[in-house]
Amino acid sequence: MSTPGARTLATARRILGQLRHDPRTILLMIAVPCVLETLLRLIYANRLISFDRAGAPLLAIFPLTTVFLVTSVALLRERVSGTLERLLTTPLGRVELLGGYGLAFGLLAAAQALIASALTLGPLELKVAGPWPMVVLLAVSVALLGMGLGLLASGFARSEFQVVQFLPAMILPQLLLCGLLVPRQRMPGALHAISDLMPMSYAVDGMHHLTLQAGAGGALWGDVAIVLAFGAGALVLGAATLRRRTP
Amino acid sequence: MRVSGLRVRRGAVEALRGVSCEIRAGEVTGLFGPSGSGKSTLIRAIAGVQENVHGTLSVLGGEPGSAAVRAQLGYMTQAPSVYEDLTVTENLRYFAALRAAGVGEMLARTGLTGQAGRLVRDLSGGQRARVSLAAALLGSPRLLLLDEPTVGLDPLLRRELWQLFAELAHEGAALVISSHVLDEARHCDRLLLLRDGELLAALTPEELTSRTGTADMDEAFVRLIERR
Repeated sequence: MSTPGARTLATARRILGQLRHDPRTILLMIAVPCVLETLLRLIYANRLISFDRAGAPLLAIFPLTTVFLVTSVALLRERVSGTLERLLTTPLGRVELLGGYGLAFGLLAAAQALIASALTLGPLELKVAGPWPMVVLLAVSVALLGMGLGLLASGFARSEFQVVQFLPAMILPQLLLCGLLVPRQRMPGALHAISDLMPMSYAVDGMHHLTLQAGAGGALWGDVAIVLAFGAGALVLGAATLRRRTP
Repeated sequence: MRVSGLRVRRGAVEALRGVSCEIRAGEVTGLFGPSGSGKSTLIRAIAGVQENVHGTLSVLGGEPGSAAVRAQLGYMTQAPSVYEDLTVTENLRYFAALRAAGVGEMLARTGLTGQAGRLVRDLSGGQRARVSLAAALLGSPRLLLLDEPTVGLDPLLRRELWQLFAELAHEGAALVISSHVLDEARHCDRLLLLRDGELLAALTPEELTSRTGTADMDEAFVRLIERR
């Protein structure tokens, strides 16, 4: 009998193996954040304070969009190709399957965050008061949130055309309200209340805390916890769409 | 394994309308009938992935889809359900790991040794089907549910696979194999003939021949239908 841990690890290894055969996707995941941060730095060439304010939150937004996209497409493929149906007739449990995805994409997000933040905090001279490892930790937490939302989206799509449309539907509203364009405190009451319900707001708040405060304060840990809680909620809801018995 | 009074509704149609049968270990049970007759639905019900199943189903002494049954089940879906962006070996290694089994001789047994390092997406349809079959056979499951495993394969390979199925049955596994090529019925120990969601007959190939007075399987099937 295989153990749950072994099945989870085998699944993570399988998912990373699929990515390994697709170097273009990996390259895009790693390069696009670096190019965008560089672009932002050039836009704000003479206003480094503005670069600090916009560049830091972006580091938390990349893993959300990246992992959302790869999870939603990967799980949609599992549903459509019949591999999900087959997996659910093996000893692999749903929690183990999602654990495998979490491990694989968590690692990927960590790699992305390490490289993007090394560039941004190094040569691009973004000023962050808080500790660097917290930037990576926040990025990995956001990646798990992206995975939960991607899983959920894959449950409501029939085709890859549909599933990519969930990116503007689920992620762009959060981007508008998360405080990147206008600080949340300055938004009208109703919009501020809506932004309070959106997980990306806390990811961006966390990055703001990291930008302004030395050390990892309680507020930052609170933001990380809220992001993880939203992620866990989305994963639980999404797991309910991974049904063994289908029509 | 025992099935009794099985009814399955798929959307507006009743895909199975009261099917009762028995499947024995050490035998190859062939599931025959035209497409749309309910073969896949019956296999999916036994695998525990079919919704809206009414009736009694006892699989390996347990509930279909339960963890105890899944540990001893090999299921091959009708469309090849393996990862296109992995090589043949990587696919088999993954499905083997889920059962704490090794890949062992499976590549050779399914005639895939030459394709081991190739990505599944670069294989022909028949080769993909064999990867999907190999993934189901890993870990010597006690119950094998194979939905059209020989479709689209060349005759020589088909014969080799039927020999492999007979070997697996000889080793003690219960095999349920669906096909719409009635000619393949002679390779089975027992036949279940389905039509429009009903079980026309459950018998051995010899009984089918003697009861209908013809060795031509297509003709035998027609005579069975006419007789009802």
